[in-house]
Amino acid sequence: MNLKFHNKKITGILTILPANEIKFEDEMLNYNFTAAKSLKLKMAMGYDTHRVVEGDTCVSDLCVHGMDYLFKNNLLAKDDIDALILVTQSPDHIMPPTSNIIQGRLGLKHDMICLDINQGCAGYVLGLVQAFMLLEQECIRKVVLLNADVLSRKVSKRDRNSNPLIGDAASVTVVEKDSCDSEIFGNIRMDGSRAEALMIPAGGFRLPSSAETAVMEEDPNGNFRSRDHLVMKGDEVFNFVQQEVPPMIEELLQFSSCDKEDVSWYLFHQPNKFMLNKLADKIGIQREKMPANVVEKFGNSSGVTIPVNIAYNLGDTLLREHVKVCMAGFGVGLTWASLLLDIGKLQFNQIINF
Amino acid sequence: MREKVIQILSELRPEFDFNDSLNFMEEGMLDSFDIINLVTALDQEFGISIDGIDVLPDNFSTIDRIIGLVEKNRAV
Repeated sequence: MNLKFHNKKITGILTILPANEIKFEDEMLNYNFTAAKSLKLKMAMGYDTHRVVEGDTCVSDLCVHGMDYLFKNNLLAKDDIDALILVTQSPDHIMPPTSNIIQGRLGLKHDMICLDINQGCAGYVLGLVQAFMLLEQECIRKVVLLNADVLSRKVSKRDRNSNPLIGDAASVTVVEKDSCDSEIFGNIRMDGSRAEALMIPAGGFRLPSSAETAVMEEDPNGNFRSRDHLVMKGDEVFNFVQQEVPPMIEELLQFSSCDKEDVSWYLFHQPNKFMLNKLADKIGIQREKMPANVVEKFGNSSGVTIPVNIAYNLGDTLLREHVKVCMAGFGVGLTWASLLLDIGKLQFNQIINF
Repeated sequence: MREKVIQILSELRPEFDFNDSLNFMEEGMLDSFDIINLVTALDQEFGISIDGIDVLPDNFSTIDRIIGLVEKNRAV
């Protein structure tokens, strides 16, 4: 579905990364493969280091840390926040919503909306779309979009499909009404019939966690995980992305009457370097226009890879100038979504450690 | 090209004889991670970019199929 929004803008992005950094080589021996084979994979996929939380750190901890930083540095005022959206797949609890918990911990006003969205790799685009829709209301002037996940806590350390790439992170994106006549174009698609390609089988009401679901089992590729862990059917996800994302981008560009060369940056979700390079080649853009360095340095933090990408690769640039960017997220759901917008002259765009 | 493809496969999985197999995937000689490394090596060797939608196990099950894939992407 094609979407169009008027007079909305991003005014600041803060990314929060756990200080705990793990090297690929340090975990390589956990996998049921030769070191030589793992190192070849490291090169092709772009794995190097990844940031993961320690102990029982939760999504709300990362978000509150980031919000407090903004308050203390006068980059955001508590009373200006009319809506708080949290996109996560790793909530503090099944109930209540983690966005309410964050609101309470921060002491925000009661006259506001808190909203949790269960989305993953496309969660930044989905969250921005939700923020734009809320800003259509006259009484909502400023929306804070939080994207956060601590999925490393749900990944088996002996699963070479997922563990080398998993990352934890959070981001705070401030979205406001824009007095200039601006347009934002979007495209969202979903296919729940392929939902099992990326899932955590146990822990919900369909299959509650138990001693049985915690039993480690070996898959045909030599990975060990339990049903409490995240499972990713890598081949299916790769083929889904290669099949669905290029036509979505083509449609978005057509819908917005924008030439692909006029887009300065393609800021895509980053599962691995191999997948992104293949996407850039298929779409027909220079690989340099689609940064692929976030996953190798920080890991794949689901919906947070796009704001990490923006802060890491375009940090100072976006404080000074505007650029046209195409964002795209794809993964759990299955969901694939994209946005074309101008972004820049941000009040803040940086990374802090937790 | 055949010799070059066999050389790449042998460097990837030196424990196997790729001349003596009817189906690399069915016989467990290549897994999905090998395919990623194989695609990367073929792209570099032949100066191509194998289309992402062609990165399917069936397309890497025999030397003839791999050669067919390289030739298809050379023609693009």
